[in-house]
Amino acid sequence: MREQIRQVIREHGHLAVDIDGLADAADLYQAGMTSHASVNVMIALEDTFDVEFLDSMLKRSVFESVDSIAQALTEVGVPA
Amino acid sequence: MTVTAAADTALLAAARRIADEIAAPNAEEVDREARFPAEAIAALREEAALSALVPDDLGGAGASLEAVAGACFELGRRCAATGMVFAMHQIQVACMVDHRGDGAPWFDDYLRELVAEQLLIASITSEVGTGGDMGKSIAAVSTPDADGAASFEKQAPTVSYGPHADAFLTTVRRGPDAEPGDQVAVLTRREQMEMESQGTWDPLGMRGTCSPGFVAKAEFATEQVLPVPFATISAETMTPVSHILWSHVWLGIATDAFDRARAFVKAAAKRKPGEPLPAATRLSELMSELSLLRAEVGLALREYCDLHAGDRARLAEMATILRFNNLKIAASEQAPKVCQEALGVCGIVGYKNDTPFSVGRHLRDAMSARLMVANERIHATDASLLLIAKEV
Repeated sequence: MREQIRQVIREHGHLAVDIDGLADAADLYQAGMTSHASVNVMIALEDTFDVEFLDSMLKRSVFESVDSIAQALTEVGVPA
Repeated sequence: MTVTAAADTALLAAARRIADEIAAPNAEEVDREARFPAEAIAALREEAALSALVPDDLGGAGASLEAVAGACFELGRRCAATGMVFAMHQIQVACMVDHRGDGAPWFDDYLRELVAEQLLIASITSEVGTGGDMGKSIAAVSTPDADGAASFEKQAPTVSYGPHADAFLTTVRRGPDAEPGDQVAVLTRREQMEMESQGTWDPLGMRGTCSPGFVAKAEFATEQVLPVPFATISAETMTPVSHILWSHVWLGIATDAFDRARAFVKAAAKRKPGEPLPAATRLSELMSELSLLRAEVGLALREYCDLHAGDRARLAEMATILRFNNLKIAASEQAPKVCQEALGVCGIVGYKNDTPFSVGRHLRDAMSARLMVANERIHATDASLLLIAKEV
C-alpha cells in the first residue's frame, strides 16, 4: 500500500524534493506540498484505492505523511 | 450570572455606548481625513475591551466570541473603521488564546500584559510577491543564534492600523530553508521592530483603518513564535474568526444604511400622509435583503461557537472550511448590495454626503469587503475543496 501511496504523491503532490528521499513519517507539507496539491493527492488516492474518505478525514493532518495516509486508507477499508 | 455572561453583558453595553457617544460623532471626520479613530479605540481601552477574549485565569474578561461579534456589529453601525480595527485586533487575540499551547509561558505572560496595558495588536499576513495567498510566505525566521534570538524582514502591501499598533502577529516561513507553505506566526512588540512605511493611504473606503504598506523588520526570541503551524492556526481560528467578525462589521454597516433609508421613508410619509410612496415598497424589499445577510452572519457565528466549544477537531475539516469561506463570500457581496439599494431608496439625499440620509460612506466602506482576501481567491480555494468534500 505504501508504494502505491508514494506513487500518487510522486504524481500529484508537487513536492520540492524527491519522495524517495523521504521517510514514511516525513511531513509532506514541509516537503513543499501545497493545500491545492493535497486535494489532488486525495482525489487520486480515492481513485487508486477505489474508496471514499469521510468528511471527518478530509483535513490537513490526515494527509501530512505516508504513514498518516496509510492509516486513513486502512480506516476506510483498504487492507494494510 | 457566570463570569462569561457578566463579561458579555458589560462588553456589549460598553460597545453600544462607545459606538453612539464616541464613534458616531467622529465617523465623518475619520472618513474624510482618513485618520485613525483614536478616541473610540482609547474608549475601548478604558473599558478593557481589548482583552475581552483573554481567559479570566490570565486576568482577562473571558467574554464569548458571540459578545465580541456583537460589539463588532454595534461599532460597525456607527463607524466601520472603528469596528474593523476592533475586529482585527480580536482576531489576533483569539489566535494567541487558542494556539499558545500548554507550557508556553511567553504567550501567557504576554496576554496578562495585554490585559494590564490594553495593547493593540495588528497582523502582517499579506506579502508582496505571493499573489495574495496568505498560505505562502517569502520572508522567513532566521536561524536562531546561541541565545535563541532570531529575526525576519517582510514586505507587506498593507498593514491595517500599522502606524497605531503596539504589536504585530506576522506570518513567515519557519526557517531559511522552509517551503513557502511551511509557515509560523510570530508575535513581536513594536519596540522590537523597525517599521518602514511604504506609499500612502488614500483609499475608497474603510479610510480610518490606516493601512499603508510597510517593510517590517523584527528581532525577537524564539519563544515568540506560536508553537503550532500557521496552517492549523489559520484553519481553526484565524480564517473562520476573521470571516465571522468582519461579517459582523459589514452587517453593522448595512444595518445603518437600512436604518437611514427607513428614516428617509418615514420622513417622506409624514410630509404627505396618505399618498402612495414608491420608496416604501423599495424599503420593504431592502429589508428582505438585509434579513438574508443577518441570517447568514448569525447562523455562521452559532455554528462556529458550537464547533469551537464541542467538536474542535471538525474546525480543520474541509467541509467546515468551505462553510466559513461561504460566509465571507456571501456577506461581502450582500452588504454592499444592501447599501446600494438603500441609496436607491433615499435617492439624491442619500447620494449627498451631508444629509441625515447619506449612505455614500456606507457603500464605500462595504465595498472593501470583497477585497479583504479577494473573493476570487476564496472561490478558487472552494472550487478545489468541492472536488473532494462530501457533505457541504
